[in-house]
Amino acid sequence: MLEVIEVSKNFGGLQALDCVKLHLEENRIYGLIGPNGAGKTTLFNLITGLLPVSGGSIQFQGQELTSLHPHQITRLGIARTFQNIRLFPTMTVLENVLVAQNIHTRSGITSIFEFKAQGDKRLRGEAETLLQQMGLWQKRKEIGSSLAYGEQRRLEIARALALEPSLLLLDEPAAGMNEAETEELLDRIQEIRNAGKTIFLIEHDMSVVMGICHYIYVLNFGKLIAQGTPEKIQANEAVIEAYLGREEA
Amino acid sequence: MSVYLEGVLALMGINILMALSVYAILTTDQLSLGNAGFMAIGAYVSSYLTVKSGVPLLPAILVAALASSIVGLLIGIPALRVKGIYLVMATLGFGEMVRTFFMNFEPTGGAYGFRGPSGATLPLIYGWVLVTIFLFWLLTRSRLGRSLDAVRDDPEVASTVGLHVTLLKIGVFGLGAFIAGVAGALYAHYMFYIESNNFNFLVSAMAVLFVILGGMQTFWGAVVGAIIFSILPEALRFMKDWRLSLYGAVLVSMMIFRPSGILTRETVRNLGERFTGIFRTTRS
Repeated sequence: MLEVIEVSKNFGGLQALDCVKLHLEENRIYGLIGPNGAGKTTLFNLITGLLPVSGGSIQFQGQELTSLHPHQITRLGIARTFQNIRLFPTMTVLENVLVAQNIHTRSGITSIFEFKAQGDKRLRGEAETLLQQMGLWQKRKEIGSSLAYGEQRRLEIARALALEPSLLLLDEPAAGMNEAETEELLDRIQEIRNAGKTIFLIEHDMSVVMGICHYIYVLNFGKLIAQGTPEKIQANEAVIEAYLGREEA
Repeated sequence: MSVYLEGVLALMGINILMALSVYAILTTDQLSLGNAGFMAIGAYVSSYLTVKSGVPLLPAILVAALASSIVGLLIGIPALRVKGIYLVMATLGFGEMVRTFFMNFEPTGGAYGFRGPSGATLPLIYGWVLVTIFLFWLLTRSRLGRSLDAVRDDPEVASTVGLHVTLLKIGVFGLGAFIAGVAGALYAHYMFYIESNNFNFLVSAMAVLFVILGGMQTFWGAVVGAIIFSILPEALRFMKDWRLSLYGAVLVSMMIFRPSGILTRETVRNLGERFTGIFRTTRS
């Protein structure tokens, strides 16, 4: 469903990504790992259109993304979360989800004259289901950014799911979570995948990556150094070297 | 009602509209210091229509506000490229540009000013004020209002939840310019005479001041700010020559003791819960 074809990205003289090739298929969970500064988040920013590519092509369900704006890419069915959580700071938990649903309904000038819109009830119901799933319904009236860290991460996922994406990009979803929270999160991610979505996640926690990913890509210094199933990646020399360094003889 | 009191109230109504025009643009975190320019366009276009072309007042106001709105949309496009303090400077430049244009534009009197527009009454002014407030009240509760909140909070994330940030930012420029255009048209037809200097930089600055002092988080802040700071200079008349010094002192102490403005979302919410629920700005 997603093809990343020889994508490069330069920041001035810095080559953040160099001819990266990825291929994602439907209804699977993919992992993207690599040391800090390997270019993982940059790749997410290119896919979602927040940054322009320097070269190469990204195609989603046959459609070229590199010339599209972020909101157009979102409307094609790609949603994401952020490594440094970015909720809307003045909005409540519920509002953070409701605002993402605006793409499913008329939300232009005419919306100010709709008091009890037909679609509104259905969307509210869906928002409730989402927040129930993420265990946040009881906190719906609290300001989103005042929640505990793990809850904020879950809210970001809920907001992304409210967009009803077919591809969900998660940037370090387990960062800052304790073991119990991480376990929970893994169950949620499995559920999301079982609902027919594709998931592409960046993660440092190897137990997360090895536990749920079907296929893993490894970046180092902007280059794809390995790819394969979790078992293959664990045994891969180049990956071990990238993470642990080479032993001097 | 005395002529004096009526005059104060009329200007207060126009100030409320000007404050709301600044607030509209501010909803997406864009500060415009050029709204006197939009006001001038509304004033001159409507006056030309009623005096020279014999158009009735109400359609003249609408056409003038639309003309102002179109200019606002056109300003909104290049304004997207400049942010923060640079946007403030750009809009300031725009306001002065419009003012000097009308100073030199002979068909509307040039430096002599333009005489003759009439017909705006206190009820007409406050009719517009009420309609505008009502529309803001609807906007705050709507999905569109929520999208604007998202753009103000974090435009980049707003774009990743599928919102057309550019369109929303340009749109509120059009809306703000429309309201300022209405204010200008009403001003001209209440004063019977306009000159380019009526729409100088100070008018733009005052409109921004009303919003900052009243509170930037809700449109009620703009309304309350405009009311209080339109009355204050009159209430301070007993101070004679010291009047404006005290006015300035009040502004400075407001910023020290209540920097978020007179009304915040929280105060509005509390008031709303205490009374009818009409003031409520949250939708959940």
